[in-house]
Amino acid sequence: MNAPRPQSGRLVAKLRRIRALIGKEGRQVMRDPSSFAIGVILPLMLILLFGYGMSLDVRHTPIGVLRQDPARDAREIEASFRLSPYFRTRSIGSMAEAQELMQSHAVNGVVLIPPDFSRRAAQGDASLQILVDGVDGNTARIIEAYAGAAVAQAGVRRAAEGQGAAASGGQAVVVSQLWFNSANDSRYFLVPGLIVLIITLIGAFMTSMVVAREWERGTFEALFVTPVRVDEILIGKVTPYFLLGLGGLLLCVAAARFLFHVPFRGSIPALMGASMLYLLVSVAGGLLISSGLKSQFLASQVTLVVTFMPALMLSGFIYDLRSVPAPVRLISYLVPARYYVTMLQTLFLAGDVWSVILPNAAVLAVVATVLLALARRATRKTLG
Amino acid sequence: MAAAAGPVIRGRGLGKTFHRKTGETVQALDEVSFEVAAGSLTALVGPDGGGKTTLIRLVAGLMGLDRGELTVLGVDVGADPQAVQDRIGYMPQKFGLYEDLTVQENLDLYADLHGVPAADRRRQYPQLMEMTALEPFTRRLAGQLSGGMKQKLGLACTLVRAPALLLLDEPTVGVDPLSRRELWDIIDALVRDQGLPVLLSTAYLDEAERCEHVVVLRQGKVLAQGPPAQVRALAAGRTFLTTPPAGQSAREALAGFLDDPAVIDASPDGGRIRIVRDGSPAPPSPGAAVLEPATARFEDGFMMLLQAAAQRGGGVPTPAAEPSPPPPAATASPERREPVVEVRDLVRRFGAFVAVDQISFDVRRGEIFGLLGPNGAGKTTTFRMLCGLLSASGGTLRVAGADLRRGAASARQKIGYVAQKFSLYGQLSVEENLDFFASAYGLHGERRRERIAWAMTQFELGPVAHQLGGQLAGGYTQRLAMAAALLHQPQILFLDEATSGADPLARREFWGRITDLARQGVTIIVTTHFMAEAEYCDRIAILDSGRVLAEGAPAEIRALGRTAANPEPTMEDAFIAVIEQARAGPAPRQAA
Repeated sequence: MNAPRPQSGRLVAKLRRIRALIGKEGRQVMRDPSSFAIGVILPLMLILLFGYGMSLDVRHTPIGVLRQDPARDAREIEASFRLSPYFRTRSIGSMAEAQELMQSHAVNGVVLIPPDFSRRAAQGDASLQILVDGVDGNTARIIEAYAGAAVAQAGVRRAAEGQGAAASGGQAVVVSQLWFNSANDSRYFLVPGLIVLIITLIGAFMTSMVVAREWERGTFEALFVTPVRVDEILIGKVTPYFLLGLGGLLLCVAAARFLFHVPFRGSIPALMGASMLYLLVSVAGGLLISSGLKSQFLASQVTLVVTFMPALMLSGFIYDLRSVPAPVRLISYLVPARYYVTMLQTLFLAGDVWSVILPNAAVLAVVATVLLALARRATRKTLG
Repeated sequence: MAAAAGPVIRGRGLGKTFHRKTGETVQALDEVSFEVAAGSLTALVGPDGGGKTTLIRLVAGLMGLDRGELTVLGVDVGADPQAVQDRIGYMPQKFGLYEDLTVQENLDLYADLHGVPAADRRRQYPQLMEMTALEPFTRRLAGQLSGGMKQKLGLACTLVRAPALLLLDEPTVGVDPLSRRELWDIIDALVRDQGLPVLLSTAYLDEAERCEHVVVLRQGKVLAQGPPAQVRALAAGRTFLTTPPAGQSAREALAGFLDDPAVIDASPDGGRIRIVRDGSPAPPSPGAAVLEPATARFEDGFMMLLQAAAQRGGGVPTPAAEPSPPPPAATASPERREPVVEVRDLVRRFGAFVAVDQISFDVRRGEIFGLLGPNGAGKTTTFRMLCGLLSASGGTLRVAGADLRRGAASARQKIGYVAQKFSLYGQLSVEENLDFFASAYGLHGERRRERIAWAMTQFELGPVAHQLGGQLAGGYTQRLAMAAALLHQPQILFLDEATSGADPLARREFWGRITDLARQGVTIIVTTHFMAEAEYCDRIAILDSGRVLAEGAPAEIRALGRTAANPEPTMEDAFIAVIEQARAGPAPRQAA
């Protein structure tokens, strides 16, 4: 009944169908509260949470100072703690009080300046005791290091003032310097890492959910018995969530730049290119998962475990992959997020270092191609 | 489109096998051969799991065929499903509508997918809107439409461009009689006026009667095919009407007739009993009932076909033919039994909307009471208030002696509830499900074991005790749901459209069990869209717009539909007449 249409007519019809599918998907995202929550609200919450709530830095840590020596040297040490931005100090009168404050977590550490501190300082072998609450190991180590540095600084100053035993002038002081994250601000690497999480969330999680939903609600069944082709259905699913993911990316970049003042040393085109590759990997992963699992609940759980958790734990975003055990490091090579995190950290903190970016981008390009091809093969217009 | 000569669908020796995860194989279709003629209306009927949906999906190219040849519109579907899908319209059981999109957006989506040009849309849309009466709702989200409106929208979506063949999978499930009639008017018009060939599946046997060609499927095999008259003729001369013995309702007398091995089917029919007998000459029946010959219906012939198949192949149990104890002599006549549910001027408002508007009725102990009404009449709202799931805005409500507005918790112990969608745990076995519900009702120790054992025997769940709830066949799911609701020996059982989508056999079996329960003194309140089921009730009330329009015994209600043109109205005729009368005139608040 239909005369064979010319090639161009067929292409126009195809594009019309794709446009209709994309439009439908867009409306659904806007109207379905759960899609809107995952696609728009959750990224915003993550940005605020990671930006403001989560920090791996020690700042204004409450500590107590128990000074049993009234001499000037001891007072100076106490003052150096008090003036440090890392601590919020309070003076303690007795050991019993120190113990009580530690136990009630009112302070995270106690600096004990013994009665013979200044006398022994004059002799060059002064010592003070630092008690640290070891429950939070990370904070404990940092307090320890900061306290050590503060004492050493005081020692240096004293030496400069020519006081104490001149003989002990040969004290060595370690001066450490941080490169790339010169402010040693954990936000500088948390916020770029956040981009990875949000893109994984929108790309993989949302895509797998919406595809599984169509299976669950039986809408695919009706859609299949129309002139729609499989590739059109896939393009109709990939495009909206790809665009939504880019939106999330821009939101994160804007927040990084203007809210958290994270430096950005690379170029925007490089960032966009790298992000699009990773976004494609995520969306294709979501498609592949949901083509096998036709229930929203299963698809969401599997996507969370297969894409989101590795992106959080094994991408080098929170844990430095050089300090994890070798087997874990080997596994991390299988996590696409790892390559993206490497690119992002380079782009934000170092610049367009092409020797780092190109190989990582190549890996992502290959993964995206393979996953899309698999998703295309796995999706058929058949049931059961 | 010129009506092509020859059939639009031709299937030869079709076979389809499914492999379950448990390793067992299910023969969904076995050597099925059938044809759908151009411009005709063909129905697939048969018990659940008979292969109706599988066959329709094969025709739609949604599944691969294992054996046989299937050509649709002259195309081998297996080889080129897309060529078929480009030209047909298909409405799956689950509508296929996008609930987040409006009526108009759904239509536009399908028009876009089918590449309907703008000019055609301008011509087609007004027609579709007029046909489906959806015009006032074009901007409403599809998810907010009633069941009947969703079906009509689903149908409209398949018709955005004139399809060469229309496939409808159970288009009238869960739809009230009014919407069902409207839907059928549309289908009839399509076939008659446009010559559109339609293949549909249905659980309503009266619908099969309206088709030109019927294919009866059971366990994947074709039992019969041909014009419905052919199936009807099987029961000709074997169908009778009889009056129940004095002091017994038609429902109570059924079991006595079904015990007779010569009786194939017995169902209540307007206070009397319709009986289908096999060929053997009628011996003196229980109580020497007088059998009066009656006109055979499609359903009667259908029951004969199934009975014959069950005897040949075995497997499926015969409907509800379980030996039941004689009714306890102590049962007083229904009039004198005390009411267990008392509803007075019950009101429920949702904002400005009055869902239930001052309704009153009583239900007595051991009675089966039916609440009927179109979608949105307030049935479910009333039900939820009776179960204590929803609070009333006004009026009084006493259930099992407890005022539900105060002591809801104590009343709930006396209530069993089977929801529209059975709330069972698919990952638990039948036994584990029962065990869970028993503990949820606070049963323990000896009593718990006792009740679970009772449920297992009463509902014949033994053979499936270790099967997972999610893998049960339709009939068993329903039995399990009822067993779970009865574990704590409630005085009142609420059944909300419990037979929606069930086939005639399962419904007969279901009502056999309900009858038993009522005899044991359990009070039963049901809602249903199957008007034939209303015949099993002692009394029914018809609701619309939150008000009770009519109340009485089935025979009394049927009499309300009597007109000069239709002296013997069915329950469905009466239902539609009552609703239309009320909707036409100013609402009579006070029944005479």
